[in-house]
Amino acid sequence: MSPLKETNWQKVLHFLENNTVPVLFLVICAIGIPLSGYSASYLAQEVVVRISRNAFLIIALLIPIMAGMGLNFGMTLGAMAGQIGLILISDWGIVGIPGMVLAMIISTPISMLLGWGCGKLLNMAKGREMVTSYIIAFFMNGVYQLVVLYIMGTKFLPIRSSSLVLPRGYGIRNTVNLIGIRKSLDNLLAVKVFGISLPLATFAVIALLCIFVVWFRRTKLGQDMLAVGQDMEVARDAGIRVEHTRIVSIVISTVLAGYGMVIYLSNIGTLNTYNSHSQIGMFSVAALLVGGASVSKANIGNVFLGVTLFHLMFIVSPMAGKNLIGQAQLGEYFRVFVSYGVITMSLVLYEVRKRREKSRVGRELAAGQTAEEA
Amino acid sequence: MNMKERILHFVHSFGWPRIIIGLFLLLLFIAAPIVGVKVSTSLSDTLIRFGMNSVMVLAMVPMIHSGCGLNFGLPVGIIAGLLGGTLSLQLNFTGGLSFFMAIVLATPFAVLFGWAYGVLLNKVKGGEMMIATYVGFSIVSFMCMMWLLLPYSNPTMVWGYTGSGLRTTISTEGYYYHVLNDFLQIKIGSHLVIPTGMILFFALLAFLMWAFLHTKTGTAMTAVGSNPVFARASGINVDRTRILSVIMSTWLGAVGILVYQQSFGFIQLYMGPFYMAMPAVSAILIGGASVNKASITNVIVGTFLFQGIVTMTPSVMNSAIHTDMSEVIRIIVSNGMILYALTRKSEATR
Repeated sequence: MSPLKETNWQKVLHFLENNTVPVLFLVICAIGIPLSGYSASYLAQEVVVRISRNAFLIIALLIPIMAGMGLNFGMTLGAMAGQIGLILISDWGIVGIPGMVLAMIISTPISMLLGWGCGKLLNMAKGREMVTSYIIAFFMNGVYQLVVLYIMGTKFLPIRSSSLVLPRGYGIRNTVNLIGIRKSLDNLLAVKVFGISLPLATFAVIALLCIFVVWFRRTKLGQDMLAVGQDMEVARDAGIRVEHTRIVSIVISTVLAGYGMVIYLSNIGTLNTYNSHSQIGMFSVAALLVGGASVSKANIGNVFLGVTLFHLMFIVSPMAGKNLIGQAQLGEYFRVFVSYGVITMSLVLYEVRKRREKSRVGRELAAGQTAEEA
Repeated sequence: MNMKERILHFVHSFGWPRIIIGLFLLLLFIAAPIVGVKVSTSLSDTLIRFGMNSVMVLAMVPMIHSGCGLNFGLPVGIIAGLLGGTLSLQLNFTGGLSFFMAIVLATPFAVLFGWAYGVLLNKVKGGEMMIATYVGFSIVSFMCMMWLLLPYSNPTMVWGYTGSGLRTTISTEGYYYHVLNDFLQIKIGSHLVIPTGMILFFALLAFLMWAFLHTKTGTAMTAVGSNPVFARASGINVDRTRILSVIMSTWLGAVGILVYQQSFGFIQLYMGPFYMAMPAVSAILIGGASVNKASITNVIVGTFLFQGIVTMTPSVMNSAIHTDMSEVIRIIVSNGMILYALTRKSEATR
């Protein structure tokens, strides 16, 4: 009897070790939800909204992970491209679904160009892709500001609508009202179930993307990416164009991030011209990691579990902080801390595991060698 | 021909980005009098900002030497400095003593944090920079909660209406405001001010760093950075040396932020230290350092160039074209420089 019990216990331990972050988040949510005092239906509605808003963006992160390039902090580039598309359609006064589609179409070439450049740079920084993509996001933020704040509205890139342009005559205002496309995808096919409205059209788009990702894994290119992710040298020997494959993965991710940003902002309804994109990378990465993904392995299940848990924590913590200590501010700081803490912890666990794996392989090789010699 | 080769060699070793940045700064200084900006004021502003930031840039040196890469986790040290500074104010030290006590009080925190941070970095060799960034972010956001909760009570520091929780900015006026700036200050004319004390303080720390790097331990540190396998073979404890370098970096970060505050006049808490690592990192890179090589000269040249641009662009640009593009230029220059260092082929393989 006892050995079986032990293996069960070991199983539990093993499960905990592999799923530290999601389990931790379950605990935080389990404590936070009753403390916040929100009703179940309110929370369910909020989570549905957050899933429809964020899932597309987070799925955009999956493909570079396949190619072994880690978390693509450069998804911000796609978000910028999406925002440029949105600014332009707001200026042209194109509303509703056509507006969203047009914004996506405009964002595509920009995303492709930025993604290509990002991929090129990441190929020059193999082994430190994440920190490089992170800095690229910062760098391009400067370029984005240069374009949007100083070039848009001048004669090089005319913007007619005075509600978009700063009073000084050029540059885009800090907030752009996206009333024309606000919730147009969500309301296209909204169904109420138990008092919770489900934006079926948005879910359909997300489902399509999921199917695309699953299908993509099985294509030649998807298999190439997995091979490159496993071992670049082996992939190269097998005749795969490693550099090219890596660039393509970043381009796809950036383009998808651009589309995701259009969906995200159409749900929110206002664009913070100079802030919206800079936070999105961090939130998406944190949510994906909360769902149990690691730097080298992530699937669609991680996306949805992550979005749910991360945003539950995000919704309840200010209220929980207020009810617990009397300061909502504390809860707000807490959720920021947890977001960063989760990313740190996942990165550390990944590196530690990688090293452990490496030394295990090394030991096995050495053992094999001594066995051979003997 | 020979001359041409030498120039090419110089350009190659110095790097295009640095030359462009240097020329840009030179251009700014030339343009300044034309558009009506006083060169003397600009120069003394640059000197003051040099003094304010140089110690934080110096903090990059030990970790680069030991092969831990660029210290994106500088906020860890800054937090230790903030704790020292706020404690010194809480205990009501004034004047020069408050500055000295701030450093003394910050030291145990810096050593403790630096040690923990170093142990963590030893577990993640090869992935230090990304993790350092997030360790910095985590500690800053964690301390946001602590600033609200810690039982500080000095009325100049806490929120007036609740009497608890530290303010977002605390004035150092009456405590260590300008203690270094005003020490042996030299005034030339009415506009050119040289903050001698601050620069001497930096020179002292820089000299100590230089001297340390020439001791046995310092040489060992460089050896660990350039070839860990060789260092281990020659009997150097790699992990301990790395931890020592991280502690040194963290302590210098703590002292650096105190120097910054005494000149700036305010202690910035909460999200204030969040992005403070970036300017320091890019400054040392502009100065000619790379991901695994840095000297005191790099620190001095880099800080001067970077702070020169940061000071000069807003004033010159504003007078010339009546728009303030300095923020955008700063973002592009500093991150472009980091990007350049991270993507250089010769440095990509350690």
